[in-house]
Amino acid sequence: MEKKTGAQIIIESLLVERVEVAFGLPGGQALPIFDAIYGSKLNFILTRHEQAASHMADGYARSTGKPGVCIVTSGPGATNIVTGLGTAYMDSVPMVAITGQVATTVIGQDAFQEADTIGITRPVTKHNFLVKDVNDLAKTIKKAFYIATTGRPGPVLVDVPIDVQRSSCEFVYPQKIEMRSYKLNYEGHSVQIKKAAEIINNSERPVFYIGAGVIVSNAEKEIVEISEKANIPVVNTLLAVGAYPVDSELNLGMLGMHGTAYANKAVQIADVIIAVGARFDDRCTGKVCDFAINAKIIHIDIDPTAISKILGADIPVVGDAKTVLKKMSVLVNKKERKDWVEKVYKWKLEYPLSYNKEDNKIHPQYVIEKVSELTKGEAIITTEVGQHQMWAAQYYKAKRSRCFLSSGGLGTMGFGYPAGIGAKFGNPDKEVIVIAGDGSFQMNMQEMAIAVLNDVNVKVIILNNQYFGNVRQWQEMFYNKRYSNSCLSKRKECPKWCSSPSRNKCPSAYVPDFVKWADSYGVLGIRVTSKKDIEPALIKMLETKGSVVLDILVEIEENVFPMVPAGAALDDMIVRLNG
Amino acid sequence: MRHTVSVLVENKSGVLARISTLFAARGFNIDSLSVSETESSGVSKMTIVVKGECSILEQVTKQLNKLVDVIKVNDFDNIECVERGLALVKINMTKSSRDEIIKLIGIFKAKIVDMSQDSIITEITGDEDKINAFIKMVIPYGIKETCRTGFAALSRSGHINKNR
Ligand SMILES: Cc1ncc(C[n+]2csc(CCOP(=O)(O)OP(=O)(O)O)c2C)c(N)n1
Ligand SMILES: [Mg+2]
Repeated sequence: MEKKTGAQIIIESLLVERVEVAFGLPGGQALPIFDAIYGSKLNFILTRHEQAASHMADGYARSTGKPGVCIVTSGPGATNIVTGLGTAYMDSVPMVAITGQVATTVIGQDAFQEADTIGITRPVTKHNFLVKDVNDLAKTIKKAFYIATTGRPGPVLVDVPIDVQRSSCEFVYPQKIEMRSYKLNYEGHSVQIKKAAEIINNSERPVFYIGAGVIVSNAEKEIVEISEKANIPVVNTLLAVGAYPVDSELNLGMLGMHGTAYANKAVQIADVIIAVGARFDDRCTGKVCDFAINAKIIHIDIDPTAISKILGADIPVVGDAKTVLKKMSVLVNKKERKDWVEKVYKWKLEYPLSYNKEDNKIHPQYVIEKVSELTKGEAIITTEVGQHQMWAAQYYKAKRSRCFLSSGGLGTMGFGYPAGIGAKFGNPDKEVIVIAGDGSFQMNMQEMAIAVLNDVNVKVIILNNQYFGNVRQWQEMFYNKRYSNSCLSKRKECPKWCSSPSRNKCPSAYVPDFVKWADSYGVLGIRVTSKKDIEPALIKMLETKGSVVLDILVEIEENVFPMVPAGAALDDMIVRLNG
Repeated sequence: MRHTVSVLVENKSGVLARISTLFAARGFNIDSLSVSETESSGVSKMTIVVKGECSILEQVTKQLNKLVDVIKVNDFDNIECVERGLALVKINMTKSSRDEIIKLIGIFKAKIVDMSQDSIITEITGDEDKINAFIKMVIPYGIKETCRTGFAALSRSGHINKNR
């Protein structure tokens, strides 16, 4: 049989895995791999920063459910993807990262561009491999894809020294992989499932608390089935926005720190919480010891370490959400729960999400509502991190799963834009809109080159409050309005310390000028400074074929409400300031 | 509380680092550790002794189980087991103390492995209590140096569950 080099084996393996697109950036210790890309069938997208490559792979994966792939060089290339790996790891996103490494003969000698990639990425990957023998390469890549995409998904890194890339062997890609030390339990224990169903049947005020695991296992239909049959209201995590029909009466939206009042109220007085593919993150639970104190906890998760990590589960069920819910569905009785459903419905009417709709100011919530309306919730939204992210989660009515992509666990600024580009590669026929903050966007906006050069039509809406808005909000509420290092337009001429910004008073223009900046890439940039221009600008944006940047100058000191302060109980909600 | 955890792992480079990182990330100090090959090829056994809270340890053992290179985890908190460690102890010795020391060594069923005019090296095996007791007894004579191994642990036949 014909021999292939390690580098060729890598690329061929990716093709066997049906990788449609890979993202990355070359360098010395990865040159054989990039040489193997030349002339190959692999669609490789050259980014401007490795971090962006990892987020693009992530956005591709979140939006399609298929593993995202990035390829970078050793040393700085590898360290640059650490944030992307951590982001994917925290949110259980399947990814395979391939890194070049210095030759096996010099590993450990502080060779040029050497970094202990395996050591550095160990805590931010599901698993990682150093391949020291070309004969192990194909098998290792197979394992990497298998581990990344099964069980609780996550990023897997394969570190390939340059001499391994260069040496050759016969290429046989294994069909199947057996690993005695990696076992999965998809089925769920039938006794546990039965117990869970009994508890649900006997409950008066059950609540479904659904997370990303529901999307990963495609269990949306099963949740709808059970919740409708048994009249169980549903709250979702940030990562599960879109997983439950928005227009359902039983949908209570997001719970937690910036969740809806009715979601948090329902959770707090529930007698049973059915957690599915969610991990009781502190942003969801508030003060843990006060979380749903009267509720029995049923926790369905494929990852046994997620169960009883934060809150002891009364009925733990280890298994795949869809498989378990299917079995459970037959055992859960039809039940009206009229009082309960009426009660939560009343709360929905009584405590809706709200902002000032009367005045003529540009409230960012209004922008999101309009985006939601104009796209009918069909667009894929990605977000950066900050206030705009929370408003997007609160006001965007995503029609389905995988339509709302946001860095939840790690909260990575700079995620949204490259993730949007990655999502567009996976969904060329869908509208992709990035809801960005003026701060976060600056962390990876160099990737506009990739959007332009590859004709990737991604829209960016900057909710420009000239601040690290959510830092400012915390400073306003909990640090006495001492706006330390959260203003993005502060110049030398400004007073040293400032706690009363205003667009009229602040000395000079914001940098960068996002419109001019877009223009320099040949991208249409539109600045919006009054409320009446928002809708026309959005329509213009959606009608435009290529990328567009909308720089919307929103209210500077708008705050995200409701808010559960860190460390408070979920029902200790601040609905808004000053009453 | 003291815990003994026994972990069957793939015998590969980097596995020890993965495991020790997990303990470190939860603030556990590893008191003792032994690693050895087993009767099955490619499989090693790590016996880890740590002190810490049960609930956190439970989480750590779950996370150990989740590591891709870990085949099986046994937490000996709930299983009756035998444990043995070994210590080499170099004790100061004078003419006048020699008989006493040798007597002590006999009582503890330790062995003499080396001897000179002014010191003696003994080898003692046993569980932690026995080794500690011996060391306590010889402290008054003056210990020049000690070296202890990690513990080896096996469950007793029948896996008697302590909680039942
Ligand atoms: C990489 C990174 N650094 C710092 C933070 C802390 N942080 C969270 S939100 C935020 C400000 C975000 O500002 P912007 O993007 O303008 O969003 P806004 O809150 O104004 O909508 C900061 C600094 C973070 N989440 N990620
Ligand atoms: Mg901002």
